Amino acid sequence: MDSALAFIPLFPLLGFLVNAFFGRRLPQAVSGGLASAAMVASFAVSAMAVWQLSGLPIESRAIEQKVYTWIASGDLAIDLTFRVDPLSAVMILVITGIGSLIHIYSTSYMHDESGCEFARYFSYLNLFASFMLVLVLGASFPVMFVGWEGVGLCSYLLIGFWFKKKSAADAGKKAFVVNRIGDYAFILGMLALFAQFGTLDFQQLATRIAGMPVETGVFGLLSVAALLLFIGATGKSAQIPLYVWLPDAMEGPTPVSALIHAATMVTAGVYMIGRNAVLFSHAPETLTIVAVVGALTALMAGTIGLVQNDIKRVLAYSTVSQLGLMFLAMGVGAFGAGIFHLYTHAFFKALLFLGSGAVIHALHGEQDIRNMGGLKRELPITYWTFLIGSLAIAGVPLLSGFFSKDEILYETFHQGHVLLWVMGALTSLLTATYMFRLVFLTFHGERTPHAVPSHSAHAAPSHPAPSHAAAHPAPSHSAPSHSGSHLHDAPPAMAFALIVLAIGSVLAGYVGVPHALGGHNQLAAWLAPSFQAIGASAGEVAEGAVAAEESAAALELTLMLVSSLIAVAGISIAATIWLKRRAIAEAMARNYPGLHRLLLNKYYVDEVYNAAIVQPIRIGSEEALWRRFDVNVVDGAVNGAGAIVASWAGMMRRLQTGSVRSYAGSMFVGVVVILGYYLWK
Amino acid sequence: MLDSNLHAIVPLLCVILSALAVMAAEAFRSPGEDMPLGGLGLVGLIGAGASAVALWGRNASSFNVIVADNFSLFITLLLVVVGVLTIMFSGPVVARDGLPKGEYYALLLFSIAGMIMMAMANDLLVVFIALEILSLAVYVLTGIRRDDARATEAAFKYFLLGAFSSAFFLYGIAFTFGLSGSTRLDRVGAFLAAQSMSDNPLILVAIGLLLVGFAFKISAVPFHMWTPDAYEGAPAVVTGFMSTGVKAAAFAAFTRVFLSTFEPFTGDWAPMVWALAVVTMILGTVVGVAQSNLKRMLAYSSIAHGGYLLVGLVSANDIGKAAILFYLLAYAVTNVAAFGVIALLGTKDRPNDELRDFAGLWHTRPALAALMTVCLLSLGGLPPTAGFIGKWYVFSAAVSAGYYDLAIIGVLTSVISVFFYLRVVVMMYMVERDAALTPPVKIAGLGMAALVASIVAIFYLGILPSRVLTFASQSISTIF
Repeated sequence: MDSALAFIPLFPLLGFLVNAFFGRRLPQAVSGGLASAAMVASFAVSAMAVWQLSGLPIESRAIEQKVYTWIASGDLAIDLTFRVDPLSAVMILVITGIGSLIHIYSTSYMHDESGCEFARYFSYLNLFASFMLVLVLGASFPVMFVGWEGVGLCSYLLIGFWFKKKSAADAGKKAFVVNRIGDYAFILGMLALFAQFGTLDFQQLATRIAGMPVETGVFGLLSVAALLLFIGATGKSAQIPLYVWLPDAMEGPTPVSALIHAATMVTAGVYMIGRNAVLFSHAPETLTIVAVVGALTALMAGTIGLVQNDIKRVLAYSTVSQLGLMFLAMGVGAFGAGIFHLYTHAFFKALLFLGSGAVIHALHGEQDIRNMGGLKRELPITYWTFLIGSLAIAGVPLLSGFFSKDEILYETFHQGHVLLWVMGALTSLLTATYMFRLVFLTFHGERTPHAVPSHSAHAAPSHPAPSHAAAHPAPSHSAPSHSGSHLHDAPPAMAFALIVLAIGSVLAGYVGVPHALGGHNQLAAWLAPSFQAIGASAGEVAEGAVAAEESAAALELTLMLVSSLIAVAGISIAATIWLKRRAIAEAMARNYPGLHRLLLNKYYVDEVYNAAIVQPIRIGSEEALWRRFDVNVVDGAVNGAGAIVASWAGMMRRLQTGSVRSYAGSMFVGVVVILGYYLWK
Repeated sequence: MLDSNLHAIVPLLCVILSALAVMAAEAFRSPGEDMPLGGLGLVGLIGAGASAVALWGRNASSFNVIVADNFSLFITLLLVVVGVLTIMFSGPVVARDGLPKGEYYALLLFSIAGMIMMAMANDLLVVFIALEILSLAVYVLTGIRRDDARATEAAFKYFLLGAFSSAFFLYGIAFTFGLSGSTRLDRVGAFLAAQSMSDNPLILVAIGLLLVGFAFKISAVPFHMWTPDAYEGAPAVVTGFMSTGVKAAAFAAFTRVFLSTFEPFTGDWAPMVWALAVVTMILGTVVGVAQSNLKRMLAYSSIAHGGYLLVGLVSANDIGKAAILFYLLAYAVTNVAAFGVIALLGTKDRPNDELRDFAGLWHTRPALAALMTVCLLSLGGLPPTAGFIGKWYVFSAAVSAGYYDLAIIGVLTSVISVFFYLRVVVMMYMVERDAALTPPVKIAGLGMAALVASIVAIFYLGILPSRVLTFASQSISTIF
């Protein structure tokens, strides 16, 4: 078993290789089936590994497999080691489990693609899963970094999958650029830790950091390293200020949004902080920044989600918002709560995205919720599963989201961050409201197929037939017959995934029933050793967590009641406005046009970034450095040489009029500077 | 048996003899007759490679001016790899573009001989002679398409500026000789270590002048201006060759002279090399972002890579020295392959080296697009490719030598550089082919074989780098 960990990322990698090399010649059933089978096999190995892990004593709960020494020379040795501990166990189960369902769903969702594109899609999807598993299984930063960069790359490829749509290609580019900023900080953080500790193995780092004083009130090396890593996390996990790529990433196929941009990759930042919990615990100043950024992101994305009209964009902002809650949890030191929410969120957010995919699929590419309505009757499976997902994310008691979100809010309050708690609670209210706005507008009421032209600024259709999307107007226009005719609910493969995820969304929370409700928070106890340095008597730690749990039962029950009321209030608000009296929404938009426009335009953050960062850099690179400096001397000469310089005389003239002389001039300046420096000294 | 004085020059002789054989064959070739001249070159290179392997660990030396220590043998093997790949790419290109075959291969081999000699030189004058041998051959190769105005112009500029820089280099040698009474590196080094020269400005002038000569050959800013022109004007396969071979040879001599002979003056030259590294990394990257011609873009990219190598040089610790060798190898296989793709895509009438020529390549030639993607990812330093390990090593060398600023700038520029490498990837996968622009070309089997071999090497160096790293560390230990 020890040697089987490598198979977890290896199966999807093999699936990728087969589909990449032979995919075009394989029938769809084979290439899709193969990709799904690879994920299921990976899930099976993961489950076995976790089973074995659970049998180990709590102090030494980790399985390692050193595949080989990757980079070694002199005193520097980095092994390619995979490690499963309680934290990565949760991650691999989520990735392979939900990943399998999404692969299966995709076999049906993508069936309109040509064979070649179909294989390309599944090869990317498998490659992504493989990298994601490397990311969470890596026992050291460099191995994690392989996965970190790899998932990024696959993500851009998948966002831009329907590249014939310009918006899709642009979105891929944006995701790329924004993530590079985060990656930069991440690499620097990694190098800083390496410079200080001479190792990048997570366990060794944790052990060494545990022996250092906590940097309370000072911003020392640990705080700087943690901050750099956190900036890396804001890129991957779409937090302020680097969240802007995620909503645009919805240009990719919907199952991709479900897998990458909701359930797995975007949680990498949260996972990474959990992985380095010891480091972050020793950097309380940075941790405060994490909490504040998380809470701000949660609230801000929630308000934007309230007014978006594209079904996938609402879900995208909801993802950003929920990720913010996870970071809030990490920031207040409740690492277990953050990972708990990550885990439950994976179920219901994957469910909601796949449900939205089923809606888009049924409506032939329509994504604008103003053109929907009344789908409840025609798409019953989609409706009921979507409803369950919405109830779960809204935090309605007894569903998974309730337990995890409640734990975050409780921990925030319990640690004394009342203001952050208020922000979290407001976010919850917003979550319930915008989710049920979505449910009511999509599934209830009457259908209004042509309320607005569907290719408005952001609502470009992304039906899985991209070759038509670019060439023809939106399918909903070209095929008006659909508006009245019977719609098809999710086909079997899609329905299967929806139902399994719906069950998960209900039940997933029961691994973490709080003590106040007479349960036992098994997940927290399970995860606790991962947030400690090895040898810190992890057993006691876990029990300590349980003991702390008991002490504040009364407070927790009160807060729980508050959150439940918030969820119900949010749903009621949504029901009042969008089920009964839509005029209210319009009236509000009319009465507060400024606010409405501000939210609709997402606080103009994209515009500000463009003006403040993108344009200056573009101008700096192209205009100043290149055109002024290198073009005048370099390119001007070359372009001018378009005419054939046939004769010696012509050549000499060219030399005399410019380029070579200026090249030599540049060299001469260099010589003068170098010699001048030495003679001056 | 061979006089033991001659052992060290056997690799060099193999290459020179094959070059002479190519010339002789060309001279006696009847018009219209087709001779396997490239094959002759391959024989010479393989002989050089085999003798280099046989000499490994023996520290052979010829006449005290040519040394075959592990350091120069590592570079020799690297140059053999570059040469073999280049000849494999050249076969189809020479035939397609109607290049003068005899001259082409002879010049190629002579320049490789010059490069090997430069790596092995233990005497400043030998360094200079080697430099001139390789440079003259490369100037002519740059302009070998005589009917192409750009190529001719590029060759001429390269030649003039190269002559300019050689003059500085020669001045540097003269000053060094004047001070120490020798041009032998070991003697100069011993002299400098023994005497207290720190208050003598002449030695600093000598160092500065030699620095200029090397900086030109490795295209460090501000001595880089010839690079984009020469790289764009030369046939792609020649560009691939000179962007890697010349850089490797120049860095070999640079490292030997500065890290061993001028080691006592590290405190004096390090700040200057530090500055060169910074401006080279930044300018190469930032200007690279704005390019639309792939060869020009890769020219700026290779300037930037020179900057990363300088970071290894400044760090001047064991990791940094090994990093230089590993980085040179990783960069060499990657860059030769990347230019190989461009070379194979060209036609006689159209070079097909604009960014838009790569649009939709994935749909017409998926294998070529995939291979190019791997090259670009490696140039960008993404794991698990050779380029990642190279960068990793260079930056950790900088960090452990305390040059945090270089690491920060280096990481930043390499993060930015991925942007322009990925632009090509985006072109290949996410843009539709413009049929009017790029007619599909037939790809020669030999070229494809060379590409596949390079890709295997890129992944080998990225996934299982330990063995080569060990060799690199051993090589370094022989001279420092």
